[in-house]
Amino acid sequence: MTDAAPAFTPVNLITGFLGSGKTTLLRRLLAGPAMARTAVLINEFGEIGLDHDLVERIDDTMVLLRSGCICCTIRDDLAQSMRALHARRERGEIPAFDRLVVESTGLADPFPILSTLKADPVLRHHFRPGLVITTVDAVNGLAQLGAHIESTRQAAVADRLVLTKTDLADAQTVARLTGPLRRLNPDAPLLRAAEAGFDASALLDDSAPTLSARALLHDTFRSDDPDASAPARASHADRIRSFVLTLDAPLDWTAFGIWLTMLLNRHGGRVLRVKGILNVAGEDAPVAIHGVQHLVHTPVHMAGWPGADRRSRIVFILDGLDPALVQRSLAAFNGLGAPQAARP
Amino acid sequence: MCSLCGVLGGNEHWADAVARPGVYTRNTERVDRRRERASRVRIANLVLHPFGMTLSDWQGAAFLVSTRTGKTEIIEDLGHLWPAAERLAGRLCDPLALPVIEALERQHD
Repeated sequence: MTDAAPAFTPVNLITGFLGSGKTTLLRRLLAGPAMARTAVLINEFGEIGLDHDLVERIDDTMVLLRSGCICCTIRDDLAQSMRALHARRERGEIPAFDRLVVESTGLADPFPILSTLKADPVLRHHFRPGLVITTVDAVNGLAQLGAHIESTRQAAVADRLVLTKTDLADAQTVARLTGPLRRLNPDAPLLRAAEAGFDASALLDDSAPTLSARALLHDTFRSDDPDASAPARASHADRIRSFVLTLDAPLDWTAFGIWLTMLLNRHGGRVLRVKGILNVAGEDAPVAIHGVQHLVHTPVHMAGWPGADRRSRIVFILDGLDPALVQRSLAAFNGLGAPQAARP
Repeated sequence: MCSLCGVLGGNEHWADAVARPGVYTRNTERVDRRRERASRVRIANLVLHPFGMTLSDWQGAAFLVSTRTGKTEIIEDLGHLWPAAERLAGRLCDPLALPVIEALERQHD
């Protein structure tokens, strides 16, 4: 039963402000066929109401659903719950699962959950960070973004933004919300949960880095949209902003590694996202990098450049850091690698 | 685990990724790995210089960060470099600080 389990199981996180529709989204996901071979860690069974989907109650904290999904409650500690799931999968006591979905509480900053994966001596060998999915309430979202920094950070770190309750809000309200969301997080696809075409399985598909370069670029650099650079009005959006750093000179990989680790060591909590396509000196194909706060995913070698533009482009979502300084700092570090870059 | 220094292996840093399909790394050949380490030591020394510290390769397996007075720490990878450097220097190593950027820009020529 365990043979088919992946070497590193992706851990996807569903986050969103209080009352933004996380539970409703989960309830929909759990009922559908998309969740086969998926384990879900939720806060409480009671809220979700699984009774009619229940196939088997494995124990107090774990149930098996009709869709093939294993659903567990987080008892005390997330790391402990994940270790228990892993151990039971290895022993063959529960059906093998290919991915894990974790529901976070409404006020949580998603980052500590991701860093648990890297820091835990057992989990880091078996799990890897997957997608951060953030639900945003179409009716109250704009007010929450303005009033609560947690809400802004949750939206900024998202890989997927899910607008909920769009059926309850008029088109104008939704449009007023999507503008600030796009400025906070230009590269995350914005999905509408209430629409008929909403595809739950696509929501959890994290194969994006292995897609074609064109698809990745299309997803990544939506911030080329001139609207994305317009100044935001909401108070937190003044502090949290995205910008695209473009570098004309080829990038020295070693200097870049030293620079990014130094930047994240000092300012990791304020670099909400880094996502880029790099023209590394000495390489024909681009390299994609992707990081959330202190956590940087393994760099990916892309098949080829999507167009004629060979410049490195990196999207940053920063909390209170000066984009001009970031750009100047990277250029200063990259200049140190110049003799190496000229190497044949 | 290395019995000498007690460093537990297995925590892969993104800049030292093990070669596998799709992943960009300079760990493919032994000579590439050594060239990358040499280059890393050279550039890190340029950055550490304004802070009065140096980095050296230790047996191709770890690095040593040292101050001018000889205070030294063994680090495994780039992920540990900056926390160790800040502990040894007793101050913050901020790549966005203007004096740091200006010191690096002066080293370009």
